[in-house]
Amino acid sequence: MTNLVTTGVLEAMTNIVVEVMPRPEGYVYPNEATVQPLWGILIVLYPYITGLVAGAFIMASLVRVFNVRALEPVYRLSLLTAFAFLLCAPLPLLFHLGHPERCYEVMMTPHLTSPMAIFGFVYAWYLMAVLLLELWFDYRHDFVNWADITPGFKGMLYRLFIVGVTDTSEPAVALDHRIGHILSIVGIPSAFLLHGYVGFIFGSVKANPWWGNVLMPIIFIMSAMVSGIALCVFNYLVLSWIRRRTVDMKCIDMMGKFLFYALVMDATIEGLDWIHRIYSAEEGFRIMQYMAREKLFYTLSLGQVAFGTLVPLILLGLLQLIRKRVPELQRRRMYFTSSLLILIGVLAMRWNVVIGGQLFSKSLRGLMGYKMEFTGLEGWFMGAVLLCLPFIVLTVFVKLFLSERLPTSGFVPHREPGEPALEAGEV
Amino acid sequence: MSNQFSRRSVLGKIGATLAGLIAAPAAKAAKTVVQKEFVTSGAPKGYDPTQHKWRMAIDANRCIGCGLCAEACKTENHVPAGPYFRTWIERYIITKPKAGSGEARGEVFVDCPDGGMHGFPEPPVPKEEIQHSFFVPKLCNLCEHSPCTQVCPVGATFDAPDGAVLIDPTYCIGCGFCIQACPYGCRFLSPITKTAEKCTLCYHRITRGLKPACVEVCPTQARIFGDLKHPVPDDPLQQFYQNNLVLALKPHLGTEPRVFYAGIDKEVR
Repeated sequence: MTNLVTTGVLEAMTNIVVEVMPRPEGYVYPNEATVQPLWGILIVLYPYITGLVAGAFIMASLVRVFNVRALEPVYRLSLLTAFAFLLCAPLPLLFHLGHPERCYEVMMTPHLTSPMAIFGFVYAWYLMAVLLLELWFDYRHDFVNWADITPGFKGMLYRLFIVGVTDTSEPAVALDHRIGHILSIVGIPSAFLLHGYVGFIFGSVKANPWWGNVLMPIIFIMSAMVSGIALCVFNYLVLSWIRRRTVDMKCIDMMGKFLFYALVMDATIEGLDWIHRIYSAEEGFRIMQYMAREKLFYTLSLGQVAFGTLVPLILLGLLQLIRKRVPELQRRRMYFTSSLLILIGVLAMRWNVVIGGQLFSKSLRGLMGYKMEFTGLEGWFMGAVLLCLPFIVLTVFVKLFLSERLPTSGFVPHREPGEPALEAGEV
Repeated sequence: MSNQFSRRSVLGKIGATLAGLIAAPAAKAAKTVVQKEFVTSGAPKGYDPTQHKWRMAIDANRCIGCGLCAEACKTENHVPAGPYFRTWIERYIITKPKAGSGEARGEVFVDCPDGGMHGFPEPPVPKEEIQHSFFVPKLCNLCEHSPCTQVCPVGATFDAPDGAVLIDPTYCIGCGFCIQACPYGCRFLSPITKTAEKCTLCYHRITRGLKPACVEVCPTQARIFGDLKHPVPDDPLQQFYQNNLVLALKPHLGTEPRVFYAGIDKEVR
């Protein structure tokens, strides 16, 4: 009986999202007529999360490399965001493998002509050589201080993170800063590499006219920057709301400015891609056009273009023109709405690329269907869990490394450097 | 400036070039040895892949769409039930244009019910409206520049020296990149082994002197198979090349398929 009820509930939940049962239209190769596309929601999430990492890192670099001082309050938050998301980035990739237990082979015996083989190295480089080191050099001084004043498990963690380097003399700290600066400079091309290469995985598939496109890596890099900055805006506003702290309007205005510029560039490149596709109208264009109109209407026309790009463009563009006339609360609301819409829009863009590329047959004579299930590895639930996971990790990081109760030498949101730490109970 | 071409630097460069020249073939040889030793290809011990060049050709003029080949392949290679095929048959029906339409041709219907394993139903249009109708057996195109091999992240799929493109099932991580990269839809992810699968030319048979199962059962010799390095008297493969103008599928992609087709139309993709 319980089973029946559970099945019924699950079916009802599944049926909410079902448009049509997957049934190929026209002719598709027999191997393509499977119920689920080969790459499902997990592969949609993978470039999405990786893009957020790259974008958030670029956001942090604006402070460190380009000296945009207005953004200092979100420097550490951006770095931690990048780190939390990077830790979760390989999970969807790992889960989707037919044999996850053999994943180490990608690094042990990489086949160097494969774009996917480089993933392990790019990922390891970015995690170990860039992000982890930059965070460590940025936090080392604080860890030494915190280790002394924090009792219990947290204190033990800080002591662990010091890894024995307790020197807090002026030259040592200056060296930390210098290395951090260099790592940040190295990090920018690395972030581009990380995400440009994800774009190349799709762009290099010449068998698929929806993917095989020289602009793909650039589109991925641009959309990554847009989504990463949007995520930082979102995180900063949410953190301020949770901590009941006033938002630094100078900082959020500056983020909005960069978000607007990045969005303009992203929309331009993606527009160029479409103009080129429509004008050259190569083999397969008609079936792709039909697919984009029919099968991807909600995610492409509405999700990606209208709500993911045009509305935020108008909102952020307006704020560039008449910022001074908009009250602060309205501005914050507009930034929040824009960042949320962009985050959804870029997710829709990843969906359109990954799923869209598998909705038409390579015979160019038919379309496949896709019904996303609720349960299962490629279901809604798993997707939601994997999307929430980096936010949970980030929450832990914020508690550990952005605590308002600990004195800090770096930039913590809502506090000027040098400002005294809060007394316990004040938050 | 005088040191630009010092004896030391020139000797160093020559030495490095020589070392490279020596190392490259050695590395290649080592790779072949490793592949021969460790790959679970189904070939018997002592089989030397460098002594053969296997090829398949399709004479679509002869195919009657009986579906025996697709069925034999499923049975021989334990291909999972459902939409998973190492070989299949497509039926093309091109109708006559409507009178006065100003068109050279009418509509094109393509179908492949159950991979063509059990033959085909009645055509969807009356016989008198059909301009052309023909069957096209499909299989791995054994590309010279196979995109599936190129993209495999671990090198589980590889070009054997004898012309077969094989997959090591004990090594494949099941990422599906090769399936996305194949322009011909010839690969699938097996729901049983969770690894990529495709036509191997029945490697376990051809390495023992047998023909692939589909060739063996074809009643009209529409599938022609042979060894370019060891032509037999009146070799059917040589005769096929001699007597036909041939086409390859999707030539614009630069994959250089080694499976040649005779008697197919521009509509075949």
